Amino acid sequence: MAEAKRISTPLGIGVVNSLHSGDRVLLSGWVYTARDAAHKRMNDLLQRGLPLPFDIKGQVIYYVGPSPAKPGRIIGSAGPTTASRMDTYAPALIAMGLKGMIGKGARSSEVIRAMVQHKAVYFGAVGGAAALLSRSIKAVEMVAYEDLGPEAIRRLKLDDFPAIVINDAEGNDLYQEGVRAYRQEGQDETS
Amino acid sequence: MEPTECRQRGVRIDMREIRTDQIVQAVREMCVEANYDLGSEMLKALEEALQVEESPIGKDILRQLLDNARIASDEKVPMCQDCGMTMVFAEMGQDVHIGGGYWLDAINEGVRLGYQEAYLRKSVLNDPVHRINTQDNTPAVVHLELVPGDSLKLMVAPKGGGAENMARLKMLKPSDGREGIKQFVLETVSQAGPNPCPPIILGVGLGGTFEKAALISKKALFRPLGSPHPDPDIAAWEKELLQAVNALGIGPQGLGGRITALAVHVEVFACHIASLPVAISINCHAHRHRERTL
Repeated sequence: MAEAKRISTPLGIGVVNSLHSGDRVLLSGWVYTARDAAHKRMNDLLQRGLPLPFDIKGQVIYYVGPSPAKPGRIIGSAGPTTASRMDTYAPALIAMGLKGMIGKGARSSEVIRAMVQHKAVYFGAVGGAAALLSRSIKAVEMVAYEDLGPEAIRRLKLDDFPAIVINDAEGNDLYQEGVRAYRQEGQDETS
Repeated sequence: MEPTECRQRGVRIDMREIRTDQIVQAVREMCVEANYDLGSEMLKALEEALQVEESPIGKDILRQLLDNARIASDEKVPMCQDCGMTMVFAEMGQDVHIGGGYWLDAINEGVRLGYQEAYLRKSVLNDPVHRINTQDNTPAVVHLELVPGDSLKLMVAPKGGGAENMARLKMLKPSDGREGIKQFVLETVSQAGPNPCPPIILGVGLGGTFEKAALISKKALFRPLGSPHPDPDIAAWEKELLQAVNALGIGPQGLGGRITALAVHVEVFACHIASLPVAISINCHAHRHRERTL
């Protein structure tokens, strides 16, 4: 496997365009957490023409709801959740300048189209490797919706967070390419 | 506890008393252990998968999962941030009397204490319409079976949302037969793709009624990993299904590879002449379960 690329947030257009589906990356810098309930609230704000709780331009959203921090720690376990549940909301955020998302699982064609049109990438992190991944989180700040508990929007400072580019800004999809390479003869394309 | 003598209408009945505080303590401990420690059965299965997997990314992922399990158990942190909705399967001997309160309250108290003291994520909402977090991961989903004997067997299994959301149930036609069942299994795993966090474990429940099929598919997940069904015909079919699932090429985390599932467990039950219910439960690689007999 090729060496992992070290990249930092916020993501500029140059970095986004340099990433290709299948690239392993080590991500550093601040990212924002948001999952189902926070996305619904952000969507409600957009519907009403109100600003989001943070400036989304160039930023990366990590789909995660961490477990509570034990005493003496800044965060609990923090692996990715299924991204497709955010598919309804993602295209509007991408259009506003969101440049990256971290999650697990495939995205809808609408999200992929938005990533191509507005130049954004989707990173996969290893689902369930939450104790390992939280080691790459060096600082945590509350941003909004504290009442949502694990679903609140937080800012996480990452240091060499391991991820892999699933969808690049050219419309490639690692899930499709990867599975095609290992699918054995006689298996129908049932999905 | 010693057997207690009960007298009712002049008839002596020997009952063994189990106190609710024993239930609270057992459930509490099992919630914590299950979330911190993946257990030797799964570690062995992941090690074996690493030997078989050909995809470099797949191997890398399996190594990360083994590292993750080691970190979680060494540092006593949850292996996955999704500490699940807590399922409890209880097999209660018919000669058991529960003393000290209501048994279901005791189970929920155990969940509440375990999730709070171990810093496990509370992921349970009061109902799917109002969606208000209950803050203590209760209530648990509890299934009670009354069995012969005077002991109480409790199995605690925290079930993550990602894999649970990929479960499916279909009432097939009897004419669909084995081939129809197999196609439904393959279609379900294909559609789920990366979402249930492969490598997965599949529980296939065949027969009964709509709800019975779902329940036996869920129970099937928690058989000793890879243990064959007692009926050799079904056992052979489990192997065939596992092979077919792995031939889909989905691989660890859905990024392509040889290891999509670690085991397929099939359970069967009697069914109506008109029916062929098929339920598929999926568990992620964070295959968490603990069992204790009181």
